Amino acid sequence: MNREDGITAQRSTKPYVATTPWLDPKAVPFIQIKGLSKQFDKFKAVDDVDLDIYKGELFTILGGSGCGKSTLLRMLAGFEEPSAGQIIIDGVDMANIPAYDRPINMMFQSYAVFPHMTVEQNVGYGLKKDNRPKAEIATRVKEMLDLVQLGDLATRKPHHLSGGQRQRVALARALIKQPKVLLLDEPLAALDKKLREQTQFELINLQYELGITFVVVTHDQEEAMTLSDRLAVMNAGRFIQTGTPTQVYESPINRFVADFFGTINFFNATVISSDPVAKRLSAELEKTGTKLDANSEAAFAGGTEVTIAVRPEKIIISQQRPEGDHLTITKGTVEDLAYYGNRSLYRIRSQSGRVIQVSAQNYQRSEALTLEWDDEVFLSWDSSCNVVLSE
Amino acid sequence: MNKARQTIKKPYRQPLGDKIWRNFVIGVPYLWLLLFFLAPFAIVLKISFATPIVALPPFTPLLDLSANAGHWLLATWDNYRFLTEDNLYWISYFKSIKIAAISTFICLLIGYPMAYGIARATATTRNILLMLVILPFWTSFLLRVYAWMGLLGKNGIVNSLLVDLGLIDIPLQMLYTDIAVYLGIVYTYIPFMILPLYATLEKMDTSLHDAAADLGAKPWQTFIDVTLPLSKPGIIAGSLLVFIPAIGEYVIPALLGGIDSLMIGRTLYDEFFVNRDWPLAAAVATLLLIIVVIPIMLFQRSQQEKE
Amino acid sequence: MQTSSRLVFSALCFGFAFLYIPILVLIVFSFNQSAIASVWGGFSLRWYTALFNNQQIIDAALLSLKIAATSATFATILGTMAGLALTQMGRYPGRLVFTGIIAAPLVMPEVITGLSLLLMFVSLQELIGWPVSRGASTITIAHITFSMAYVAVIVQSRLSSMDQSLQEAAMDLGGRPAQVAFDITLPLIAPSMLSGWLLAFTLSLDDLVIASFTSGAGASTLPMVIFSKIKLGVTPDINALATLIIGSVSIGIIIASWIMFRHDKRSGTG
Repeated sequence: MNREDGITAQRSTKPYVATTPWLDPKAVPFIQIKGLSKQFDKFKAVDDVDLDIYKGELFTILGGSGCGKSTLLRMLAGFEEPSAGQIIIDGVDMANIPAYDRPINMMFQSYAVFPHMTVEQNVGYGLKKDNRPKAEIATRVKEMLDLVQLGDLATRKPHHLSGGQRQRVALARALIKQPKVLLLDEPLAALDKKLREQTQFELINLQYELGITFVVVTHDQEEAMTLSDRLAVMNAGRFIQTGTPTQVYESPINRFVADFFGTINFFNATVISSDPVAKRLSAELEKTGTKLDANSEAAFAGGTEVTIAVRPEKIIISQQRPEGDHLTITKGTVEDLAYYGNRSLYRIRSQSGRVIQVSAQNYQRSEALTLEWDDEVFLSWDSSCNVVLSE
Repeated sequence: MNKARQTIKKPYRQPLGDKIWRNFVIGVPYLWLLLFFLAPFAIVLKISFATPIVALPPFTPLLDLSANAGHWLLATWDNYRFLTEDNLYWISYFKSIKIAAISTFICLLIGYPMAYGIARATATTRNILLMLVILPFWTSFLLRVYAWMGLLGKNGIVNSLLVDLGLIDIPLQMLYTDIAVYLGIVYTYIPFMILPLYATLEKMDTSLHDAAADLGAKPWQTFIDVTLPLSKPGIIAGSLLVFIPAIGEYVIPALLGGIDSLMIGRTLYDEFFVNRDWPLAAAVATLLLIIVVIPIMLFQRSQQEKE
Repeated sequence: MQTSSRLVFSALCFGFAFLYIPILVLIVFSFNQSAIASVWGGFSLRWYTALFNNQQIIDAALLSLKIAATSATFATILGTMAGLALTQMGRYPGRLVFTGIIAAPLVMPEVITGLSLLLMFVSLQELIGWPVSRGASTITIAHITFSMAYVAVIVQSRLSSMDQSLQEAAMDLGGRPAQVAFDITLPLIAPSMLSGWLLAFTLSLDDLVIASFTSGAGASTLPMVIFSKIKLGVTPDINALATLIIGSVSIGIIIASWIMFRHDKRSGTG
């Protein structure tokens, strides 16, 4: 079966309806994590975290290795006892409820497909433990295998399957019990690039079709941004920022989050005046005399040093000084450039000595490079692209 | 929709079946070992304080609650006093430790290169060699010691060969000597040395050797600086697996040793079966237990470190 | 590098020669016509016929096999439970002591285990009237006790190298602890359990000291019979017995290795 056909065939027949339950003050979160901590001897893996996840969300917990995300996932699944705090799912406190009695199922990073059972037996295992009648199990297993396109492989043993196929078995096995929450531990990590992209779309469609709340744990920021309705950035056992992918990418709250996603430029700036009511801040850029404006709700005293963050793709390079309102403008020379075909990456040495990264789409067809090393250029960006970070 | 499992009764109570299973799996082997392994040591200790009598069982009970007894506690230090006074026992204990230690060392000398060679072999050769090491272990230990009797006897193979080759005139006394005991112990216990050593050496990262060589170490230096220290867990496990049981070995000194090849296992056995002095045998056993307790704890520690 | 390779090679040759020459001599002389070990009197099967006519040896062999099979089975069950208890059941009071006493039988000198068990049986008899007499059942209990430690070590080692997530996945899907054990854990450690059974069987079959202590009138195991014979000196019918035992064990091991080799190949591992 052609993989391409597979994806279009899977696309949901439900018309897309955008929902943002996290903005609704009356919405009750489906998963409530309150004050959750896990202490291992001298090491605090999860440090007093709070989180609300709404029904039907695809939520991702994102962080590097050692940040505590796996421990958090295991506490949700019931494999670790919290040292403190509560996990409430659909109104029921999960305290002391062992993994086998929780309405949660998990897709493991290693897939954990039972090697001594066939695909059918693997997928039907959960239903067998629920003492469902044999006929029912057979029907439901068949349906699920067709859904994940493993119908032909029902009687195969796992060691005859590819990694991608084993993942589908793990997914089918976890979904067949129609859990309230599905946990996914690094679902795309073991896949090669092409398979990763396909699986990404399949997961999103599957989740939307079934309406099950997904909680994904990953270290891959691209995966997190493409899959999630919302995500939380985790470090050293704590959540640093929670929000939609656009929120965390465009409005990071600190350097850590800003730096976590893609590349970003950091500038030092000295505050001239700040007006929290009008949400306006003006500052001097890197002691160059250049004045810039930014949207900020925070209040700063004049003279405070702040960090201004600007994404490389927001910056426009021009050889003439640009005209316009609400622009932050600075000058520099081209120090490095890398041509990627669809875009070019520039490293510009600014007047203040800082190296600024700029990403420009090559929207015009030309065989000659538009800019060369040592060219003098103007860099400009809309002032709304200035992100004020206090730390 | 499978509602039955998804709704959880409040408040949640752990099903009884889970607790029963857990207690069963933990409790049964634990209780068995307590009853048939640990508790017996307490009994040995108790009987070591008794006096041998002609009765069934042939020792006095610990408590005599009948009215005409002078003391109600019939314990005596006599057995231990006897142990410390009679030289036979001191000699047996020391000789046992000495023989066990030397045998362990010889096992290490022979076993280490063998384990090393097997670990370095190709996969198929390795499996064949391992099978060859394990094979004698699965055949009767008693019969293999018996084989040495045939080899070392006055009319045995070795002597006949030496006489036929003209190297000696009269047959050598090899059987019933200390040398025979050493041979017997090394022969029997060497698989116990090879297997843990092999396990450690096999797991060793060969890139460490390459790194050392790359940094200028000659083969001998690589061995002493890298291989030997990293094989320490195997050396310790193998040595303890030989040393501790060898101290209390009975069969080998009984079949291959002479009258002055005094090992404590044999002394204990004779005390029990020949002299029928149960309390004295119990005292010998208690003392032996005290001697081996520390190496045993070392062994337990080395096993736990593996986890 | 060359000298050390040569050293290792000669060590291997010497070592294996040392291990096997006595066995080979044993086998060769089982076919000796003459009764004197060192004199070759021609090829003969007389010692094998003598063996098959020796009722004492045959009875002892049957008893030993019966005890070995029984004790191996129970030792495997108990040893596997101990292995599970020590690796899968988390923490509980007394766990440290348990880890201690499960390792001790591996190295404990047999005279101590034997004597202590005998004294235990005697005390139990006084206290509760059981065991009424010592014999096959007490020997079996003794063998189970030390064999289970070996099985536990084998099972523990296999469990600790097993992928933990398989059992967690089963739990996650609704398997209660007992179900997970029977559905997932036991099938996956089955080869180790079999190795354990075979080891326990061999240890029981081979044991002299502990059987001597814990036996009673009328229950003579094969090692006990052999020992009483060889204490007096070398007799070629024992050579014949040795050859039979070594032969059957070797064939067994070769078959087992071949089966395992084929199994690994088929399942794609190894």
